[in-house]
Amino acid sequence: MLKNRPHQHCVATSKSLGPVQPAPITEFIMLKHFNLKAWLLLLPALSLLIAFTHWPTIKSFWRSVTWARSDAAPAKFVGLENYEILLEDPVFWTVLENNFWYALGTVPTSIALAIMMALWVNSKIRFTGLLRLAFFTPTILPMITVANIWLFFYSPNIGLFNQLLAMIGITGPNWLGDPDIALSSLMIMTVWKEAGFFMIFYLAALQTLSPELFDAAKVEGASAWRMFRKITFPLLMPTTLFVLINALLNAFKLVDHLFILTKGGPNNASNLLLYYIYETAFSFLDSYYAATLTVIMLLILAITALVQMLLIDRKIHYR
Amino acid sequence: MDSIWFQRFSKISAYLLAIVWVLPLLYAFWAAFHPPEFATRFSLFAPLTMENFVSAWDQAPFFRYMLNTVIITTIILFSQLIVCTLAGYALAREKFLGRGFAFALVLTQLMVMPEVLIVENYQTLTGLGLVDTHLGVGLPYLASAFGIFLLRQTFMTVPQELEDAARVEGLSGLGIIWKVFVPLAFPTYLAFSLVSVSYHWNNFLWPLVVTNTEASRPLTVGMAIFGAPESGVDWSVISAGTLIAIGPLLILFLIFQRKFIQSFMHAGIK
Repeated sequence: MLKNRPHQHCVATSKSLGPVQPAPITEFIMLKHFNLKAWLLLLPALSLLIAFTHWPTIKSFWRSVTWARSDAAPAKFVGLENYEILLEDPVFWTVLENNFWYALGTVPTSIALAIMMALWVNSKIRFTGLLRLAFFTPTILPMITVANIWLFFYSPNIGLFNQLLAMIGITGPNWLGDPDIALSSLMIMTVWKEAGFFMIFYLAALQTLSPELFDAAKVEGASAWRMFRKITFPLLMPTTLFVLINALLNAFKLVDHLFILTKGGPNNASNLLLYYIYETAFSFLDSYYAATLTVIMLLILAITALVQMLLIDRKIHYR
Repeated sequence: MDSIWFQRFSKISAYLLAIVWVLPLLYAFWAAFHPPEFATRFSLFAPLTMENFVSAWDQAPFFRYMLNTVIITTIILFSQLIVCTLAGYALAREKFLGRGFAFALVLTQLMVMPEVLIVENYQTLTGLGLVDTHLGVGLPYLASAFGIFLLRQTFMTVPQELEDAARVEGLSGLGIIWKVFVPLAFPTYLAFSLVSVSYHWNNFLWPLVVTNTEASRPLTVGMAIFGAPESGVDWSVISAGTLIAIGPLLILFLIFQRKFIQSFMHAGIK
């Protein structure tokens, strides 16, 4: 949660940093613009970030073109050999495809639910405080721990879902054991976890809309759906773009529940890229191939960042 | 024109969805406070019991896990507050060549989260000899791009006159940050702290990678081992364990519900 909020603003603000004049490099060397105090203040943050974000990023690229029999042996340069292995690795293609469907299945659903929740919480119906509490609670619960509860919901025969289905005479599926359904079962839990979190951003946006906007439409007798489609939804567009990016990032980094629910199975049917990286590095102990997979992940994140910059109108302000 | 039926339908859907949303939690309470034979059967007359909490507590070192989680979360938060304040101030108030570049370096972490770099960061931790230590679990998170960003935004809104006045009063450097900027940014600190604590209380993947023993294992990793089907623990005990694990944060959340949600909102729209 913490790391994935204000990307879009970051991009917006990084482009408008104010009056930093592009000074010739000679002046920099002559210390005319060198602000020792500023760099000292930045030193702890930058050294930590470089050590655990930038340096490991560079090292991932380097490791992906090397190989050694074990971590103890010296690594030698192998060029693109790891990438050739990657292209022929059926599991890699499976996890990539799964991740694609996972994103496609969770992102629009979470967004649609989040909008609906925000509209309800912001409306005049009773108990909106309780509604908000109910929708938001999954956000602060640890994914890994509640996955244990979901494991029970999904378990065949005695599981809650199948008990409920049995009541209306339907034999429930094997939610986590059937390769055709396992990934969808993971998606349901992801949507449950995310929607209330995204609701918060829509709620914040809705509260800035003036009620007069809707009064005119009401006088004209517009239906709720028409008002939503013509007024609310377009005005919420900046929030939707922002949430979209976060949801996309989550689709690649939210894998905690896999550890409890499916472990990527059956037969990789629900495996995702980050989980496969973890497996490769820490179960199969192949840090070189894991680094190659990490590079693919970094490329996907870079593309997401690029799309974000192209999509988002920098003039959009929230306050 | 909306019919009354549409409004009713919408209202009922809202309440139904809310019930579905709290169902996992409700079930955890049901199973935890009832004997195991009622874990999959629902009856109004099921007797209440605390037995599951006792056996969960006996079967896993919850106290140790919780202590580890508290220590790790505290180390991270404490360091983040200091590191992000200094960097946020520099980026907001100091003019210098390379500021845009420094800010871009910081923002990279928003996109490339430490979770993605577990392979290399594990190698680094091995090199430092910090595997299976509290500091090791916290290390990749000690500087937060998100925190720096939030504080920079807040510090930029502080009027220059206040800073000048403090300088006239004889304050300088760190004194100005501590006496002028920190107090003014209190809501931002609160928002960031709540978001950070709930993130790290719940964090799993990186702690799983760098911890090997009870000495440093946080609650999330402990629960994953405790709840694993191989460990043969039953639903009721797992539910009790789950409630123990999420209890402190859940209670905190219920008490400060409004503050929590406002903080997430505050952090989100900055």
